[in-house]
Amino acid sequence: GLFVWHLKNTEIRQIPCRFVQLCHVANDRLITFQYFNFLKRMYVTQCNKDLSQRAKPKSDSVASPFRELQQLDQEKKVIHKIRPISPVHQPLSETSIRNEVREMKSAAETEDSVTPVRAESKEDRQWKEMKLQLNDLPGILARLSKIKLTALVVSTASAGFAMAPVPFDLTCFLIASLGTGLASCAANSINQFFEVPFDSNMNRTKNRPLVRGQISPLLAVCFAASCGVPGIALLTLGVNPLTGALGAFNIFLYTCCYTPMKRMSIANTWVGAVVGAIPPVMGWTAATGSLDAGALLLGGILYSWQFPHFNALSWGLREDYSRGGYCMMSVTHPGLCRRVALRHCLALIGLSTVAPLLDITTWTFPIISLPINLYISYLGFRFYRDADRSSSRKLFFCSLWHLPLLLLVMFTCKKSFLEKEDKGDLLGESHGRAMEIRLP
Amino acid sequence: PPAHSHNDWIGPPDKHSNLRPVIFYVSPEESPLERRLREARQEAQACDQRFWARHNRAFRQEKEEFIYSRLKAKGLEMRDETGQKATLNAEEMADFYKDFLSKNFRKHMQYNRDWYKRNFTITYLMGQVALARALRWLRWKKNNV
Repeated sequence: GLFVWHLKNTEIRQIPCRFVQLCHVANDRLITFQYFNFLKRMYVTQCNKDLSQRAKPKSDSVASPFRELQQLDQEKKVIHKIRPISPVHQPLSETSIRNEVREMKSAAETEDSVTPVRAESKEDRQWKEMKLQLNDLPGILARLSKIKLTALVVSTASAGFAMAPVPFDLTCFLIASLGTGLASCAANSINQFFEVPFDSNMNRTKNRPLVRGQISPLLAVCFAASCGVPGIALLTLGVNPLTGALGAFNIFLYTCCYTPMKRMSIANTWVGAVVGAIPPVMGWTAATGSLDAGALLLGGILYSWQFPHFNALSWGLREDYSRGGYCMMSVTHPGLCRRVALRHCLALIGLSTVAPLLDITTWTFPIISLPINLYISYLGFRFYRDADRSSSRKLFFCSLWHLPLLLLVMFTCKKSFLEKEDKGDLLGESHGRAMEIRLP
Repeated sequence: PPAHSHNDWIGPPDKHSNLRPVIFYVSPEESPLERRLREARQEAQACDQRFWARHNRAFRQEKEEFIYSRLKAKGLEMRDETGQKATLNAEEMADFYKDFLSKNFRKHMQYNRDWYKRNFTITYLMGQVALARALRWLRWKKNNV
């Protein structure tokens, strides 16, 4: 969901002027059809002398820019991205254009190994050199490591750290966060490395760096290793071995269990939920050095949260999953999919109630979190009953704000044994009823 | 791709397989190792292309047949009054998706195994080639210092 949104909202800057970009153009430049056509006419008059003026520029199909590119390449001009204004597929005009182009070309036309028109025009339709562009590298690596997901993972780990009933140690916190972040980057990169042909076939994932050839598989693996090894080392040596072991185990679980299982059995969702539950546990063990009930409770909350989140997301992707060969509950066992989502929404209410019993939070936590949990359970129930796209989307988007809010409320209701952290102070004010118990 | 380029070129996604075709650069001084890598990549590309083109075509076809049969059962035509193609909603299509997935399960299992094997081999070869090139470059540097 989040990723889809981001892809659809990428900036589109139109170039109003009608000059040809002579040098290496940055990825985000887009050229409209009209002026592309102008370009072609300009080309025709300059290079080839035998004109075939196009009377109706609007009838250009998207295929023509590609042929034009071969001509342009000869003159060493490269246009990188083309965005048609009218993405209408007109096969008849395509053939007429093809004939005209053949007349225009003086050199023997190289074998046309590429592809016709696509209605979605957000992807590049040019042939690109498979050379690593260093100035694009940060962006590429960010997408390879799924940086936004990594950020979410690190924040759940920090929530686990913050909830642990020990004095707050800033260096330990920073090292644990960094280590978790690096481990997550490594795991995500390996996941993308394993799934290239499948990602190419699904709309949500077809713009990933490995799919687009922006980075070689070797480099992806090296990047993963160079994140994973220092990350785990940092956790083991800089924090404690338990956290390091959990981190390594999580990477293994995600890359070697979850990723292959996605194509084998619906049980992958449960494995994936464990993968999501481990980071807060890691945060807790980083702070305290041991696996207490509190760690397991936090892990349990994250575990339960994964189900409404993922099941709602997967409901809208059934066609892609089916074609791509992914075994997901939403495709094979839709009733189970919705039941499980609802079940776990309700479980969240239960888990929130257990929190004060384990001395992690005060009793205000289940009270304040009740409306939040009830709301997501209500949406879960609607999803269960209606089983349609709108209810799944509502549930998914709710899960996106539900989790941070729940963790925040949990933190403000934390039973502090020692001096409060500064964060707690600021947040405590927003919840008038939050009580802090101070032991003498 | 232009004649002077020394790199591979990757193109837009193929209409049938959704995979991006790669044109491989053949260096005149290609070592046997590099040749093995290139051939492995070409073969992998061909296999993937074959599989996905066929698979996607089958999906599209079976989807059309399913829609047609369901519409017929409901007594509707393929196109309504405005000439728009009639579609079934997601709930009705769900049966088809489930069916298609289970029918192709074995095929996917086989493909997965092959894909993982190919992926690892190619990446390993890439590693070997990179190492060989690095050593060659170091030797050249030493000789030219």
